[in-house]
Order: sequence, then structure tokens, then C-alpha cells
Amino acid sequence: MTLAKTKFSGKTINLSHGAGGKAMHDLIDQIFVAGFDSPELTLLEDQARFDLSDLSKLGNRLAMTTDSYVVDPLFFPGGDIGKLAVTGTINDLAVGGAIPLYLSCGMIIEEGFAIDDLQRIVASMKKTADAAGVRIVTGDTKVVPRGAADKLFINTAGIGMIAESTNIQANRASVGDVVIINGYIGDHGAAIVDARGELALEISVETDCQPLNELIQEMLAICPDIHCMRDATRGGLATVLNEFANSSNVAIHLEQTKIPVREEVRGVCEVLGLDPLYLANEGKLVAIVAAEDADKLIEIMKQHPAGKDSCVIGTVVKTPQGKVILETGFGGNRIIDMLVGEQLPRIC
Amino acid sequence: MKFVDEFRDTEKAKTLTKAIHEIARKLEPKLTKPLQIMEFCGGHTHTIFRYGIEQMLPDNIEMVHGPGCPVCVLPMGRVDDCVSLAENPDVIFTTFGDAMRVPGSKKSLLQAKADGADIRMTYSPMDALSLARKNPDKEVIFFGLGFETTMPSSAFTVLQAEREGINNFSLFCNHITTVPTIKAVLDSPDMKLDGFLAPGHVAMVIGERPFDFIALDYHKPIVITGFEPLDILHSLWMVLQQIEQGRSEVENQYTRIVQPNGNTPALEAISQVFEIREFFEWRGLGSIDHSGVRMKAAYAAFDAEQKFSVPNLKIADPKSCQCGEVVKGVIKPWDCKIFGTKCNPENPMGALMVSSEGACAAYYNNGYHEKKTA
Repeated sequence: MTLAKTKFSGKTINLSHGAGGKAMHDLIDQIFVAGFDSPELTLLEDQARFDLSDLSKLGNRLAMTTDSYVVDPLFFPGGDIGKLAVTGTINDLAVGGAIPLYLSCGMIIEEGFAIDDLQRIVASMKKTADAAGVRIVTGDTKVVPRGAADKLFINTAGIGMIAESTNIQANRASVGDVVIINGYIGDHGAAIVDARGELALEISVETDCQPLNELIQEMLAICPDIHCMRDATRGGLATVLNEFANSSNVAIHLEQTKIPVREEVRGVCEVLGLDPLYLANEGKLVAIVAAEDADKLIEIMKQHPAGKDSCVIGTVVKTPQGKVILETGFGGNRIIDMLVGEQLPRIC
Repeated sequence: MKFVDEFRDTEKAKTLTKAIHEIARKLEPKLTKPLQIMEFCGGHTHTIFRYGIEQMLPDNIEMVHGPGCPVCVLPMGRVDDCVSLAENPDVIFTTFGDAMRVPGSKKSLLQAKADGADIRMTYSPMDALSLARKNPDKEVIFFGLGFETTMPSSAFTVLQAEREGINNFSLFCNHITTVPTIKAVLDSPDMKLDGFLAPGHVAMVIGERPFDFIALDYHKPIVITGFEPLDILHSLWMVLQQIEQGRSEVENQYTRIVQPNGNTPALEAISQVFEIREFFEWRGLGSIDHSGVRMKAAYAAFDAEQKFSVPNLKIADPKSCQCGEVVKGVIKPWDCKIFGTKCNPENPMGALMVSSEGACAAYYNNGYHEKKTA
């Protein structure tokens, strides 16, 4: 892929890049069409078109999702807003068992945004999409006056196909099932706190931002009957498990000593008075499966780079219904509720 | 994690829990009611709930979660003052994170921020001072909050601002003092407490001696306690030992941090910048004599109360609120008439529901919604 960096005039985005005229066409052609480099986008129609008979070979249900990305800062250890925007939407499709295929990309750009940064972000989106086997097939750009948006917001929507044998739903957890996670929690949340640079922390945590679709398809190949699965993004592991417990009318019993948390992330949480169970992840799936399927699933997950630290962290029990209980590893238990608002650091 | 995991060791916890149960069994025949031991500090309350320590204790030992959460005891009128200061268009108002959600009579700082006030969360008053350096055309106010633990950092920041001649920084001083507050709890006629866990980080600053009166005048055992779960169990065992042996003394469990005489440079900075107020208003406890500090006249240039007009109105606590009784151990959170109904973490009516360190919020968030449901 060649970026049209030298041809594009100017160093920053201005309002004329969103005005519908020549400047906007140059931006679309030279940055987005060239950068995303997909056959659908190159046609420059107002919509992407798909052959239904091709889609139906992959499954009997179409899955669709959308998400907006407003992360600050735009670049952080291990990722950037572009990688996040592609990964997040892929994962929202993948955890429902869908094979993600096509994405749209809407960008809201603040006047004055650096073209170099935009190109870096587009390249990162393309690289992430290629690696995950999806294409960015349609898009939109708006430029807003300074102060009307914070640098750059990205919306991506995605579609994928779900195979007939797959039936993943939040209300399917049943007593005796086990809870599986594909690795360390809280890396993304800690990386963002660090990247904001307000705390002068000396840590080296990178975001866990990674597409999960390939891992999930391998999981479904060996265990088609995954009961529940979500990615633990905003609100963290605690929030997803509360959703499962509520929807399925069961309780979830977690063992703190089994939940993987990196030393650096624990350290950030200790210093700031945060709880890793509520920190955001961008490449972590939480699955609930029948106990007898756990061993073979973990074995297959560990062979994939996105699942090498997979493990069982808890079990589904009957009571107290709708609650998540954490066995603290110190001899006591506590209930892990949903967060009321944002997680606020404690004073002392 | 070094120096942390050692204090969360499960095997040592089992040994200590066993020892606590043994003493409790020996004491049982002499008891007419469960022993009530107060952890004064919100940090201790947090650890107790985080590690499920209450469930590890025998039935005849009851933890009473004291008033030592500075966010919880902040009166509504003071929050209104903060909002009023923050809404000044020339002001950048800076605060510790968990003060953001405390309800005022009209709004919280979080709501004021949404309405357009420039309010920023900081981790240290020094961050506020850097903001003042970077924004010379703005007035930067730091909301100084907390007991003696956070007082030195406020004092040092004011002294630093003076040294550098930064004249657009000021402190809105709402610091409160530990000893008069414990005394107010002890003087309360419905007081039933049998012992105390003293706040370790306050003691780190003020030392051991200011707690002597609890042992000498009120004859209650008191142990200065650290913040890891083993610290809490160890200190509880030490309090029970004192009760069993008929002693009432100030003992220091947190020896790895607390020096008998406290931290001299910190105390010097405090006394250089602050002086005792005649009284300070507390949410849930009313007015307590000498329980707060203000800035000395010499530092008026850095005192937000002097620099700006502050409404300083007294707003009464909601009538239905029983925070005062919970704080003194007279009732448990679930005994309060509005607990979990009109008063919940999303919409806190009373002080103790405000911060996760408040007893009511801790009970609610950990699912202790009614007696014996945990």
C-alpha cells in the first residue's frame, strides 16, 4: 500500500476538507480510498454492495454492530484510536460467534488536525483490518470547527455472518458451567491512564487491543456450544459477569487468585485506588461454557497468540441470583456489583 | 508485589483469625452484648469490605465503621461553596477524584463540570500548583480535604507557591482533625464502643501520643493500624488481648510506618500554615469544636476563603438521615429508614452513602442490603 503523503497538499485538516468540494475529494481519494485500499471503496459509490449468496455460505444469520471511539490520547502504548476502532467492532461481532466481514468508517475530524496523524491512523486501521481478514468498504468524513470535537472521533459499524450451529446468548449460563477468560485483565485501562501522562508513572503496560475473531472461530470449531460470550471492554470483567448473572438468573462465583492481573496493572490500581476488575480491556473475551468443555477449550485457546494465558476463573452457581461473588483469596467473600458511575480514585 | 503481598498472606490470616476466635471464646461468658470495635478510618473500612474480613470474625465481635472518611463527612454547604467557587469563569477548580460525586444542596462538582465549570481531578495539590504555573491568566483553586494525612501536602504546596511567588494559586481549606472527632464520638451519650483501630496514616503524621486520652481518660484500648488485611486482623487481635487482660493502652501495630513522635517536618509545615478553627460543621455529626483548621492570616493571599467570596451557608442534613447513629455504632446501616431505598449510591442522601469508604455505601455495594443476607 502506498500512502499519497507527498501528493496531499497542506499539513493540517481545515474546514474546506469537509465542504464537499475539491479539497474533500482529495482527502477522500488520497487518504481514505488509497489508505483503506478495498475494491468496494475504490468504486466510490455511496454504498457498498454485497452478494447475498456469498454471505449465506458463511452462516444463516447476519450480525450487525456499531461503536464510536473517542479515546484520549489518540496514540497510546501498543495502539491508537484507529486500531481500537477496527478491533472493537470486530470483537463486538466475533463474541456473538459471527465471522466479521465488512466495516464502515465514519470520521469526525476537528479543524487543525495533523494530516500526518490522520495518515498514521488510517494505516493502522488498514493493518488491523487486514490482519483480522475484514475490509473497510464504506465511509464518511466530517470536519468540524475547532472546539466542536476533540481532535478525532471515529465510528465504525460492522457486519458478519453467524453459523447455524452457534447460539451464544447472555441468558444461557446454567449452574455448573465455568467462566473462562483469555488472559490478563486491565491492561488497556492501565495503558490509557499511563498514556495520559498526568501521573508520571514509570510502567510499561501496553494495551491488550487485539482482534479476537480468529481465536473465537477456533474455539467454536472445537466447542460449538459456547453458552455466553462478551468482550470485557468499558466496565471491565465485573460488568460483563454482572450482565450474565442478571440475564441468566444465576450467581457467578469468582476466585480472585485465578484471575490474571499483571504486576504493573496491580501496581497502578494500588497507587490510584482503582479495581482491576472494572478496568477496560480491548482484547479480552469472557466465555461461559459447560464444565466438561473447559479443558479442551483452554487447550486450544492457549495455542493461539490471543489466548495463550487463557484460564478458568470461576463457576456458575445457583444463589444469590443475579450476583457476582468474589472469593478474595484471603478467606472472605465480597459481592462485585456494577459500577454506579465512573471509577473515581480514592482520596487516601 | 513486594511489601504488599506479604500483608495479604492467606496462611497468616488463618492463624490470626484462629487466635481472634480463641480470645472471643474466652471473653464470651463475660459479655452481655457483642464487643463493638470501631475502625475510625475510611481506608480501614475499605480494606475490611474488600477482603471480606467481617465474615471471618466471630459473632460476638462487631465492627463499627467510624466517621473517618473525609469525603463522607463533608457538609452540603461546603460542597455548595465549592460549586460557587468553581462556577467563577476565571477559576480552574481542582479536587481529589472522589469529592466529585458528593451531593451539594443543588448539585455536585460532577454536575457543575457538566454545566460548564472548569473542574479538574488531581492526585496531588502539587498538580494544581503546576496548573497555576501553566495558566497564569486563571485562578487555580485546590480543594484541600482530609484529615492530618493530606494536610501536610496542602501545607507544603502553599509554602512552595509562596517561595515561587505564584499568586494565582489558592487553597480552599476543608481539612479536619482526628482527635476532637474521636472525642466527640466518645462523649456521645449513646456510645457503646469497646475499642478502637486508630488511623495509621494520621498517626504517621501526628504520632502516637495524641491518642493517649482514649486509653487514659476513656479507658478504651486503641491500636494504631495499617491498611492491609493482615494489619487489620493483627490489630483486632491486639485490641482483644487488651480487653482480655483488662488493659487500655495506645499500641502501635503499624510500626513499619508510624514513628512514636510522628513526622516532624510535616507537623512543622502544618503549624506554619494552619490554625485550629473554633468549630467545623460535619455531615451527620453536626458541629464539633476544634475539629477543623483554617489558613493563618500570614497566608491569606493563598486562602480561597479570603480571596473569593464564599457563600458559607449552613445546610441542614436531610431529616430522615441516620448517619450520625450509624457512625457511632448505635444502629447498623440496614436499620436506617431510608437505607437502600431513598438513599443509595446513585442518589446518596446521607454522608455515608457518598464515597465507597462510607459505611452505608460499603454495605450497599457489597450486597449487605438487609440483616443476614450476606
